[in-house]
Amino acid sequence: MPTTRRLLAGIAAGVLTVSLAACASSDRGTGDAAAATGGTMVFGAAGAPKNFDPIFNDDGESFRPIRQMYDTLITYKPGTTELSPGLATAWESSPDGKQWTFTIREGVTFSDGTALDAAAVCANFDRWGTMSSEAAQSNMIYYADVFEGFKGAGGIYDSCQANGNQAVLSLTKYKGAFPAAFGLTAFSISSPAALQQFDANNVTQSGDSFSYPAYATDHPTGTGAFKFESYDRTANTITLVRNDQYWGEKAKLDKLVFRVIPDENARKQELTAGTIDGYDLPSPADYASLKSAGQQVLIRDPFNVLYMGINTKNNPALQDIRVRQALAYAIDRQALVQTKLPEGAEVATQFMPQTVEGYAGDVQQYAFDPDKAKQLLAEAGASNLTLNFYYPTEVSRPYMPNPTDIFQLIAENLRQVGITVNPVPRPWNGGFKDDVQTAGKQDLHLLGWTGDYNDAGNFIGTFFGREKAEFGPEDPAMYSEITAADAVVDPAGKKAAYEQANRDLMAKYLPAVPISSSPPAIVVGPGIQGLVPSPLTDERFNTVSKTQS
Amino acid sequence: MLRFIVRRLIQVVPTLLLLSVLIFAWLRSLPGGPAAALLGDKATPEKIAELNTVLGLDQPIPVQYVKFLGRALTGDFGNSLITGQPVTAEIARALPATIELSIAALLIAVVLGIPLGYVAARYRGRPLDTATVIGTLVGVAVPVFFLGYLLKQWFAVDLGWFPPSGRQAVDIDATHVTGFAILDGLVTREFDASWDAIVHLVLPAIALATIPLAVIVRITRASVLDVMGSDFVRTANSKGLAPSTVRERHVLRNALLPVSTTIGLQTGLLLAGAVLTEKVFVWGGLGTLLADAITRRDYPRLQAVVLLGALVYVLVNLLVDLSYALIDPRVRVR
Amino acid sequence: MTSVLARRRNRIDDLGGRSLSADALIRLRRNPVAIVGAVIIGLFVLVSIFAPLIAPHDAAAVFPELQRNLRPDSIPGAQPGFPLGSDQNGRDFFSRLILASRQTLIVGVLATLIGLVLGVVIGALAGAFGGWVDTVLMRVTDVLLSIPSLLLAISIAALAAQPSQTTVIIAVALVNVPIFARLLRGSMLAQRESDHVLAATSLGVKRSAIVIRHMLPNAMGPVIVQATLTLATSILDAAALSFLGLGDGDPARAEWGLMLANAQAYLDVRPALAFYPAIAIILVALGFTLLGEALREALDPKGRR
Repeated sequence: MPTTRRLLAGIAAGVLTVSLAACASSDRGTGDAAAATGGTMVFGAAGAPKNFDPIFNDDGESFRPIRQMYDTLITYKPGTTELSPGLATAWESSPDGKQWTFTIREGVTFSDGTALDAAAVCANFDRWGTMSSEAAQSNMIYYADVFEGFKGAGGIYDSCQANGNQAVLSLTKYKGAFPAAFGLTAFSISSPAALQQFDANNVTQSGDSFSYPAYATDHPTGTGAFKFESYDRTANTITLVRNDQYWGEKAKLDKLVFRVIPDENARKQELTAGTIDGYDLPSPADYASLKSAGQQVLIRDPFNVLYMGINTKNNPALQDIRVRQALAYAIDRQALVQTKLPEGAEVATQFMPQTVEGYAGDVQQYAFDPDKAKQLLAEAGASNLTLNFYYPTEVSRPYMPNPTDIFQLIAENLRQVGITVNPVPRPWNGGFKDDVQTAGKQDLHLLGWTGDYNDAGNFIGTFFGREKAEFGPEDPAMYSEITAADAVVDPAGKKAAYEQANRDLMAKYLPAVPISSSPPAIVVGPGIQGLVPSPLTDERFNTVSKTQS
Repeated sequence: MLRFIVRRLIQVVPTLLLLSVLIFAWLRSLPGGPAAALLGDKATPEKIAELNTVLGLDQPIPVQYVKFLGRALTGDFGNSLITGQPVTAEIARALPATIELSIAALLIAVVLGIPLGYVAARYRGRPLDTATVIGTLVGVAVPVFFLGYLLKQWFAVDLGWFPPSGRQAVDIDATHVTGFAILDGLVTREFDASWDAIVHLVLPAIALATIPLAVIVRITRASVLDVMGSDFVRTANSKGLAPSTVRERHVLRNALLPVSTTIGLQTGLLLAGAVLTEKVFVWGGLGTLLADAITRRDYPRLQAVVLLGALVYVLVNLLVDLSYALIDPRVRVR
Repeated sequence: MTSVLARRRNRIDDLGGRSLSADALIRLRRNPVAIVGAVIIGLFVLVSIFAPLIAPHDAAAVFPELQRNLRPDSIPGAQPGFPLGSDQNGRDFFSRLILASRQTLIVGVLATLIGLVLGVVIGALAGAFGGWVDTVLMRVTDVLLSIPSLLLAISIAALAAQPSQTTVIIAVALVNVPIFARLLRGSMLAQRESDHVLAATSLGVKRSAIVIRHMLPNAMGPVIVQATLTLATSILDAAALSFLGLGDGDPARAEWGLMLANAQAYLDVRPALAFYPAIAIILVALGFTLLGEALREALDPKGRR
């Protein structure tokens, strides 16, 4: 016993000394517990946010807290993809589509007390367009994509003039993505004063890792229904509080906490145990048990597409359209949708959901037909095909609840037509996106897309509008056809052009195989009301209330 | 005595040096070399060359090693690829969580293990003994992450006795002073926070404790049996000492020597077990850091945590050796 | 009275002139723990050898009759031809469980064997030569032993650009090397001063011959015990690597650790998908541990009382 006792006593003593050395007192807030009107909602997040500066982000886990703290000029009507006024009460474009005039909402203040006006809006556009450091630019994924680069380096942003309560944005060319793209969360409006005070542009890079300035890590300042309170990196919780000065419908909750719980089973168990009030993207496998436990599984309208990508770069056989068509015929997409995707999912006939303008009803179909696939492979002289098939792990996407299982079904389908599949699993954030989208190491891969706004260009333009490492070299005619469709200013003409592009994509090019569109869900506890599921996964929590149980 | 301590301390130095060589070699043998590993798959030849210069990787290997050692000694392991923060700061933040969990697991293992092992030895061959022995064998055979899941499902979800994961309820709004959740509550007099932390600690500590518990039970049992059969106990018995006196004064005391060694060894191993336990219980300590580093190939972080794990293990063993020498003079002579 | 005498006589007969190993075997046969362990392991090995004959179906094949009723939140149970029903992808769960025994055995045995062979070579070199060879080799094994085994396995597995069955086997095997090396070296060292080695040396037998013919065989007892125990830990370590995402890259392959890891998402729908592989792992690990412990006891000369 002496040893044990001494050992433990030693440890305990050490610990005590360390802790008591620090000056200790409770800094807990007092008095707010009794007067609670709206309570606290704890939402289980699947991952930690990268940072809180909207422009430096491109993933859902970062955007969820950002959406609560910020507003965009134009927003989407809750639960739909329709545009609705945000910080701009009205917007209008010049006939050539190169100039946008926004009427800025009056009486709106940022959470640091400064006022929102046209000059503040222009300060934001100016900041994005003239961002100088390469480290900062490489984090502006959405901006670089929509504005096609930075000012003076191919970007289409020209200038922004504040004119009374109007902000006038001048572009160097027409862009089909606008006005819908003004609603992108990445283009949320920040307080210029806070941007300056907290050195917002000072992103630095060492190796592959970035360090973000204080604005992005601890002082996000927007006009949203919630204000930033703290990000506890030890407990992995982000705490937001109600913004009592909010210009729109004020939040019912006092506090909104995002708690990072990476493990899916753990999120489910926390919700069932009542220690969190909701989480995103429950596995379709759990819908039934969640519902029977009294949880509310809220289904979003499907606004996404899952596809099997084909990269023509590494295996010349894949440059043959017959081989790509064989792949399409080989996959039993109906069985996959039925066994792996939630109710309401459908086989995708093309690379966009039905609700997007430009969807064509009469594209070439590829019904499950293994014999035809074998025949096509034989014709192309590719009967002994070996393909490296990359699939993501450690992730669940709105269009792809369980990538490992979906991969297995497709791989088995391909095996049945004589293709040898070499499986390459990669963690989503640990190499998959880089290997597939930057390096293009794969022959086949699983990936998908949730629409940012209702625009055909946001789907097929993003995928096939230019040569990408993801798909390798393709027929240049495909790129120009899609770019041309985006450049059509007249809405009816644009719709027709995209429909034709969809027909050609499926018949002439087939650069990938569309698999499915499926309705993702978000689940909340029995006491939560007022959460409107959005097809864009753009949920705002100001309408949410919680009944205390 | 002092000479023994000094000698033992000096012996640790080559071990640590060799360990650093191994970690250095490991870093060098990463796919594509350290620069490519640090850059991830965005590595371009230019970027790699640039980073090679920054890290001094274009210099001769011995020079590189000395630089690496210098950085390691000053606690500079670079920035995490995931968060962009210094790895050392991340570890400092996560360490209290893992220490808290490890101490709790060790407490459970010791407090239950020694009496169980002793009782099993006393009633050797009886059903109680058999049950204990089989129990320890099963305990070692159950994958920790599976046990963790079962505990969570039964005691947190089905019965609702404990929270399923995490270190503290969000609505507790605890004040952090030391990072040790239980202690913080005591120090700041937020006793509900301490209690909440204890409640959160129970299930993961049990999951983490199974293997050390099983080992401690077995060693205690074997050691007690050994001592009971030894000459001095027979002498004591034949002297007519009361059986209870013999048991308490002679058997237990002597039997606990090897047990204390085992406890030391298990302390070092807890970090490895914590990787699995923390992942299941979303604990947010070193194990979580490591698990994240694995899936996202965050080599700077991986390297630092492995080095720390080995370091703790070596130091704990050193402490055990020294305490052993304090108790048993024979060790010093050897 | 007679019975006591008879028992004593028998006991003396037992000891008379029998070698240590034969004696150990007899004691092993009387030990219920050993029997239970041996039966589990025997069954496991038999099943894995004859797995393709026992399993009615291919491990990777997807069956339309199972797929028909398969939904994300409902996985069909037993039906004619499919005794345990479907797995999460419309494959025959029973066949996969059976066929997995072979993969699990391969991983366990190879990891142990590679570790054993490398460890024995290093340990034998160190023990046989002593001197600086011993010092250098043992310092390195000491350092490897100073990294907790799972951490070491993780570090090695993470080195691989692409996780696969091979990387799992190598990672777990390398963890086992220092254990065997230490063990063998200790045993060799003890023997160097022993009478039979001294006798052989004085008779002018070559050193290599002494090591191979005399010292190694005598050192094998503890090594076999350790190998049996290592089989259990290797299977558990491989399962842990799968759980951490460092396992086999081919999810279609039937392997218990992998099946357990991949069934995590379906615990509410069909717990059996996770429980059966888990129980199989536990049983096999338990079997090897029981057998190893019993062997240890049987080979312990102190037990020859």
